[in-house]
Amino acid sequence: MKELSQLNLPDDVRYTTEHEWGRQEGDKVRAGVSDYAQDQLGEIVFVELPQIGETFGKGEEFGTLESVKAVSELFMPVGGEIIAVNDKLKESPELVNQDPYQGGWMIEIRPDDPAELDTLMKKDAYLDMLGGQG
Amino acid sequence: MKEMLGTKGLILNEPLLWERGKKGRIGFSLPRRDVESAPTDKDIEGEGPNFPDLSEVEVIRHFTRLSQWNFGVDTGMYPLGSCTMKYNPKTNERQAALPGFAGASPLLPASLCQGTLKLIYETERFLAEITGMDAVSVQPAAGAHGELAGMLIFYAYHKSLCKPRSKILIPDTAHGTNPASASLCSFKSVPVKSDERGVLSPETVASLMDEDTAGIMVTNPNTLGLFEENIRKVAEIVHSKGGLVYCDGANMNALMGIADMNAMGVDVLHLNLHKTFSTPHGGGGPGAGPVCVKKHLEAFLPVPRVIEKEGKYLLSEDFPQSVGKLHAFYGNFGVIIKAYSYILSMGHYLKKASQLAVLNANYIKEKLKGTFHLPFDRPCMHECVFSDKFQEPDRITTLDIAKRLMDYGFHPPTIYFPLVVHGSVMIEPTETECKENLDLFIETMKAIAQEAKENPELLREAPKTPKVRRMDETAAARHPCLAG
Repeated sequence: MKELSQLNLPDDVRYTTEHEWGRQEGDKVRAGVSDYAQDQLGEIVFVELPQIGETFGKGEEFGTLESVKAVSELFMPVGGEIIAVNDKLKESPELVNQDPYQGGWMIEIRPDDPAELDTLMKKDAYLDMLGGQG
Repeated sequence: MKEMLGTKGLILNEPLLWERGKKGRIGFSLPRRDVESAPTDKDIEGEGPNFPDLSEVEVIRHFTRLSQWNFGVDTGMYPLGSCTMKYNPKTNERQAALPGFAGASPLLPASLCQGTLKLIYETERFLAEITGMDAVSVQPAAGAHGELAGMLIFYAYHKSLCKPRSKILIPDTAHGTNPASASLCSFKSVPVKSDERGVLSPETVASLMDEDTAGIMVTNPNTLGLFEENIRKVAEIVHSKGGLVYCDGANMNALMGIADMNAMGVDVLHLNLHKTFSTPHGGGGPGAGPVCVKKHLEAFLPVPRVIEKEGKYLLSEDFPQSVGKLHAFYGNFGVIIKAYSYILSMGHYLKKASQLAVLNANYIKEKLKGTFHLPFDRPCMHECVFSDKFQEPDRITTLDIAKRLMDYGFHPPTIYFPLVVHGSVMIEPTETECKENLDLFIETMKAIAQEAKENPELLREAPKTPKVRRMDETAAARHPCLAG
């Protein structure tokens, strides 16, 4: 597993305490899981994503992520409607491991409250939280 | 260490049966027909299944060779947590093979199978006595089936009060099958976080329990191997809101003849005969997951039930509130015979078995707690849970440790469960192992911890001695090959 200093934590996304990320792209928010999450879970073998058109509140479960070790829930970084899901993950769940912030994205959300993303952690705060977990 | 248990032996390669044999080869001959031939229904005629053509010796060698790649509790220590892989005494097999039992047709009328009915009846009474519960059905086929029976009883109970409920509380230290069983009865699972001591806090349960919640599914001892010491308080809270308490009894091996489930406030309990009561487990045959209830839920038990009337045993369907039939005939009868044999063989020593199971787990816990990280450092029940935290700096994970144990001749413990402990290793030695075996296991675990520091590659490449080396679990999950 990676040391904290080896983690890829881009500046252009916000992070949740449950290790999801969200990125503002125009009026929508794209989301996935962080490099830390994929590294901890190990090889991802299955990603279960919601249907387009479903709506969830912030922090609600929108899907599950299955690795050879365990199944983990995925939580909404911001509340809103699902407007797209990454169908490539069905055939290639390894994209989550290889490229968590680009090819391994999971959902696109039309947020109920565009300001909600700003309440999430920036890179430095997220890194501090990970450091605290020791 | 005097001598390592693990070694290399002559183990032969063996292809799939479909890759063996020759067209027309045959391993048996049909007896001469002694009745008139009769035409078959044209609808069921057609090509037979694609079975390989094999001689008897090819089949025998095939399965003998595969069995030599295998590891069972008859081979060595099998400390798989929450699975209770205890030794299965051979007398159980002998009793189950008695011609009167083995040859009995399930279609016999009650008057011609009094012995088998009596055995079922008495097993149910014994299980009630051992657990403190009032009534039992041995019909469910396995643990999760027993859970399903329990949840169907929850559902039927609330329905009988004309107040169906929609939710169920499930602690994060419960068995993973619990939410699935509840979902099948359309209950929505509400997770309950255990406290910093690894057990349920009555306050947390009180904050979640309401009048739309059917009850709680507790595993006790829980999957951290800890006794839910607040269980009576938790039960009071659940009962005060009209809910029921379900106990997953998969970990009953810690408590036989010691804890009274009824007094704990448990309304429904399932047992695993293939864990606690020494019937084969894990490929060794089917299981049995009896469901035990308190008096006020007896009417909901599955039918048919074995009842006694004037010294005669009968199968009765006359329980109008029953959740119905859960299994063909009366469950896995052969398994029930083996559990009955075990209970009669052990008698009051069942309690001793539980005491030794708990002692063995605590011995391992105390001996290894400096070597491996012990997240909850308090007396455990029949199993103890470590993590790979101390090995993290050397980049050695629980998986590597488990694989290396195989080289030393031990079956690996349960790994990455329970989920509440990161990188968990769950060890359940059971009462089967004598002190010498426990000491060898402890010494081996210490040797592996040392190797993790000095020669971590040994662990990363493990196992080296078994027939099959480390498997590619990721490829197996991503691209499963399910063809025969």
